[in-house]
Amino acid sequence: MAIVEKPLSIGTSEPVLADRPLGVLTRPKGGNGWRDWLSTVDHKKIGIMYGVAAMFFFVVGGSEALLIRSQLAVPNGQVLSADPYNQVYTMHGLTMVFLFVMPLAAAFANYLIPLQIGARDVAFPRLNALSFWIWISGAIFLNSTWLVGGGGADCGWFCYSPNSGVVFSPSHGVDFYAIGLLILGIASLVSAVNLITTVINMRAPGMSWFRVPVFTWMMLVTQFLLLFALPVITVALFFLMFDRLFGSQFFNPDTGADPLLWQHLFWIFGHPEVYIVVLPVFGIFSEIIPTFSRKPLFGYSFVVFSGIAIGFMGWGVWAHHMFVSGIGPVSVAAFSLSTMFIAVPTGVKILNWIATMWGGKIWFATPMLFSVGAVTMFTIGGVSGVTHSLAPVDTQQTDTYYIVAHFHYVMFGAGALGLLGACYFWWPKIFGHMLNERLGKVHFWLATIGMNLTFGPMHILGLQGMSRRIDTYSSGFGFALWNAVATIGAFTIATSLLVFFYNIWKSKKDAPNLPDPGPDPWDARSLEWMLPSPTPEHNFDEVPEINGLDEWWHRKYGYDDDGNVVRIATVEEAAQKGDATNVHLPSPSFWPLVVAIGMPLIGYGLIFNLWLAVPGGLATAGALFAWALEPADDPDAHHGGSHDDHEAPALTGADTNEES
Amino acid sequence: MATATAPAVATGGHEEHRTATGMSNTKLAMWIFLGSECLLFGGLISSYLLYKTRGSGLPVPTDVFDIPFTSVSSFVLLMSSMTMVLALSALRRGDEALSRVWTLATAMLGGVFIGGQVYEFTTFLREGLGFTTNPASSAFFTLTGFHGVHVALGITMLMSTFVMSSKGKLHQEQSETLEIVGLYWHFVDVVWIVLFTVVYLVPA
Repeated sequence: MAIVEKPLSIGTSEPVLADRPLGVLTRPKGGNGWRDWLSTVDHKKIGIMYGVAAMFFFVVGGSEALLIRSQLAVPNGQVLSADPYNQVYTMHGLTMVFLFVMPLAAAFANYLIPLQIGARDVAFPRLNALSFWIWISGAIFLNSTWLVGGGGADCGWFCYSPNSGVVFSPSHGVDFYAIGLLILGIASLVSAVNLITTVINMRAPGMSWFRVPVFTWMMLVTQFLLLFALPVITVALFFLMFDRLFGSQFFNPDTGADPLLWQHLFWIFGHPEVYIVVLPVFGIFSEIIPTFSRKPLFGYSFVVFSGIAIGFMGWGVWAHHMFVSGIGPVSVAAFSLSTMFIAVPTGVKILNWIATMWGGKIWFATPMLFSVGAVTMFTIGGVSGVTHSLAPVDTQQTDTYYIVAHFHYVMFGAGALGLLGACYFWWPKIFGHMLNERLGKVHFWLATIGMNLTFGPMHILGLQGMSRRIDTYSSGFGFALWNAVATIGAFTIATSLLVFFYNIWKSKKDAPNLPDPGPDPWDARSLEWMLPSPTPEHNFDEVPEINGLDEWWHRKYGYDDDGNVVRIATVEEAAQKGDATNVHLPSPSFWPLVVAIGMPLIGYGLIFNLWLAVPGGLATAGALFAWALEPADDPDAHHGGSHDDHEAPALTGADTNEES
Repeated sequence: MATATAPAVATGGHEEHRTATGMSNTKLAMWIFLGSECLLFGGLISSYLLYKTRGSGLPVPTDVFDIPFTSVSSFVLLMSSMTMVLALSALRRGDEALSRVWTLATAMLGGVFIGGQVYEFTTFLREGLGFTTNPASSAFFTLTGFHGVHVALGITMLMSTFVMSSKGKLHQEQSETLEIVGLYWHFVDVVWIVLFTVVYLVPA
């Protein structure tokens, strides 16, 4: 009975197959070699793999950004001609959104959500591995277009029709775009179902909804946004793929199709996507700022409800991306208003973070610097954003560099800086040693100054009338100075990233000579800091009972008779030891990897030759059935205890806490 | 502390799975997944409604519909929801043989529906309405095709439970498995009710 994990793939066969799945792959037993990473279902290892891969694609997308900035550094640049320029900025956008910011947020979601809610793992550990492997195969597929597709997609990440059709975009780049994003969408959808189930169902006893840490709350809202936004882009991508590969007429104006359909479907996904990127960092701010202000988060319930409000209102603002597309005055007025309204819950949060710092004993360690910096950058990006709710202003600025400046303040200023700060904050929990503080501060200042040098001048360029997506400009336009500054800024950001990588290497090298950070180096508030660093494989020795918000902090601090905060327990006393032995963990499996490998093969088959899709389809379908036949827990796995007290094989269970 | 935070889930067997809502993870996940599916069909139906009259001079789907025929196949699909309920109810009572009969009946009714769809599509093709004819036809075939694929996946799941039950691996205690397959099956039926009404019955 292994079907519990994967309702869509119910398999049946001889019982013997359950023990030796199809006789192809023996059940992996876990360990530390590369096989263990390929077959792991541990949410922490999957989180780390997401993080490493996301940083790799940050370098890829960053290199593309440097190419763009090199081309624009001086008038009449010669680095890229128009066609490759179009490909590079398109792939830069896709890479940064889908292959860097989203997966880095997913890395923290995977690692932290089970820890913050007091669970042993996510609800469906193998589906979690499946999400990761599908994501990485989609990422490789999308980028393989450089080698086999005749260049990258050249239609912008929004890929408006009819520009995306075969007439205007004859290379295979857009086919890779459509199928690549479909594959990435499957990964995110699986992950959304998994994480929503996890948060709803796997909270530790006593963890009522208003004791859930804000990071987990914001990730929950994010996953709901993904759950409902992805099917809409899926519809649009299928239309695009059918048009290009099978000759359907969805976006062909000659036969009466309406190219605006693509814009609507894309932005119904695309605007929630903005919140999919920023809500996780809102959660990160809400963890880091209280910790380093030595105060509880100001207005926890306001922050949570604002996040939920953004989650709902995010669905009613998409057409503000289309004010100049000819949607009519009533639509423009309605979406202007809704866009103004959505600024309110966002502003509420900013006020809450400021009020959290107000009167606190602020400790400007690197994570705090990054968070405060990112909130500041987000405020700039938010203010320039809300000005676009005024349709006449938006009409003036549409398709200029002002828009580029605005969304980079949000995506890089808030998104990327917030996530990099989170790396510094949770690094000791994940790897057991701190990152170097001095280098961290160098990283922060270089990144912040670099991003303001890069994107700040773009406001001016936009107001001067420099069109976005333009591959070059003449010297007489007056764009030369600020473009040169922006290029210097871009290379400053690249330098800051090198400092970060050096810091990672140096901190690891120095770690043996430095004091052990212990479970709780920052004197933090949520449950993950109750565990030893790095987190033991089984997470919690015993699932903790939750008595309030900021449970871990209240286990360390109490109040004396005068109401003053006093320490009641040291970290060593309050933290778990991580030495439990009788914990039943979900068994590793190779099948998620095999399912994922089939998907890009299907993609290549659709584009080049349908026969190629056959092995891909067989691999995916076969692996799904093999997966269904494989019990979630390997009945042969040893876990220190005996099976005397319960029936084996086990049905499933990442969160069982047995005392055998 | 070790005793203060007494194990909340010391249940012995892994089957007894404590969840915060009391609903099993698998069933909850299916409900969440179906929520996502609503938006998939929402997007497809909206697109069809936008395009239903855009024929560029060639036939559009509403010109070639055979309402009596599709009504019959819709009725067949609706009946399959009833047999699905009967299959689950039989398994819950422990009557595995009867449950298998109803499961097979459900899958066969689904198969009849798919057969009807194949016949309908080929008829439309003969009457000059192909996938690439015009935006209306592309939207129609994509929408109904996606629904057909969902029915086909449902049949695969039903046949899997049928084989599982035949091999003696699906008992009263595991009736939730069949219930979850049923959730999916009923959802696909409900989608067809909306689709049949909006696409076939509402005049152009």
